[in-house]
Amino acid sequence: MAQHQVNYTQDGGLPVALTTIDKVVNWGRSNSLWALTYGLACCGIEMMASGASRYDFDRFGTIFRASPRQADVLIIAGTLTKKHAEFIKRLYDQMTEPRWVISMGSCANTGGMFNTYATVQGADRIVPVDLYLPGCAPRPETLQYGVMLLQKKIRSEKAIKAQKPKRLL
Amino acid sequence: MRRYVPKDDVQKKAYYTDRYWVAPQVPKAKVSSDSVFAEDLKAIEAKFKVLDAYIQVEQMVVYIQPEDNFGVLELMKKELEYTQLSEMSAVDFLSQRGEFDIFYQMLSMSKRKRIRVKCAIKKDEAIESVEKLFRSADWSEREMYDMFGIKVNNHPFFKRILMPDDWEGHPLLKTYPLHGDEFAAWYEVDKIFGKEARDIIGPEIRDDAAVDRYDTKRFARLGHEVPFGAEIPEGEPAVKTEYQEDDGVFLIERFEKESSTVITDRDR
Ligand code: SF4
Repeated sequence: MAQHQVNYTQDGGLPVALTTIDKVVNWGRSNSLWALTYGLACCGIEMMASGASRYDFDRFGTIFRASPRQADVLIIAGTLTKKHAEFIKRLYDQMTEPRWVISMGSCANTGGMFNTYATVQGADRIVPVDLYLPGCAPRPETLQYGVMLLQKKIRSEKAIKAQKPKRLL
Repeated sequence: MRRYVPKDDVQKKAYYTDRYWVAPQVPKAKVSSDSVFAEDLKAIEAKFKVLDAYIQVEQMVVYIQPEDNFGVLELMKKELEYTQLSEMSAVDFLSQRGEFDIFYQMLSMSKRKRIRVKCAIKKDEAIESVEKLFRSADWSEREMYDMFGIKVNNHPFFKRILMPDDWEGHPLLKTYPLHGDEFAAWYEVDKIFGKEARDIIGPEIRDDAAVDRYDTKRFARLGHEVPFGAEIPEGEPAVKTEYQEDDGVFLIERFEKESSTVITDRDR
């Protein structure tokens, strides 16, 4: 049986990898960031491009879902009008914890060029935002970069600790 | 010496107009210069009172009395072959004349002509709906109400179309501030969180050029990211923009900038 002997001390010998729960859970979370399909205006076009074949978000495990129940990250891509504000809040509340928000483009960040009565001056007045992407519209590369930064952020979070739910108020 | 006139309020006016300013006008032509329009106008004048009529940019403009609007449009649709209402809305002349201009832009495909029917109504007057003649007026009249607050009688489903139903004010009025009044400024906060949240969320930042580089609750420039709410007394720490931590990521291959390919050929 000598030829089947396993040297457990060598690399790859023991079929076991040691790590922490934090790392495994965060690894899973950060690599299956399902995003809510949430194109509100022209930025939505760039968001769609990011999901399509050329930039291919599926590589990162970021798959766009049509239901907030299945989504982990809300990418606010576009102009958030005051009429729409209550719906984004409702959709955000329907997402399961843990959840993250990327504010994509000037409009979602600050209201952008729509410095008017009808536009919410920054999506962070409604929902807590994790990441702001500058640009009008940000290129798909920026969104890609943003998602990778968000992955990095998730990896640095404590996974097993009872997460304090994020609230604006 | 010329008498001194205080000019302090010049800047407060909505538009600065110099003393000898004459607003440019598109030249008007007589209706009789176009035979098709002349006949149309005759047919309208036979039944309704026409206050004014002229041709401007090859379109006839007819001023009628506001109570005749349904009748005139019915006549134009049924007998004069103006079968399309391509546009309708209002213009705010409240400060100049104390009234709104309501216009109906009519198109005849067979005659290849356009007529603009106009009427003026006072602030609190209502106008008859033409939705029964033209379905396109349905939304246009709702928009007119939404934007100007002009009531329309006998409309089948009369409510706001663009702004939320519980909105106050009519935004296309010239007196409506661009940045919104008090109600508009707090609309989403009041509705979602309640009035007591106003203090916590704070007023809107309307200054386009507002940059607060020490505000870590909102923005950090790319490459200068800081943790949420961290205190940075002065100067932003420059962060190496790395996608991955220094000691690598569990089960994920390390990204090496040196070994990555930069695509320079755009048409690849
Ligand atoms: S930031 Fe620019 S591209 Fe994006 S939604 Fe606003 S206007 Fe459109």
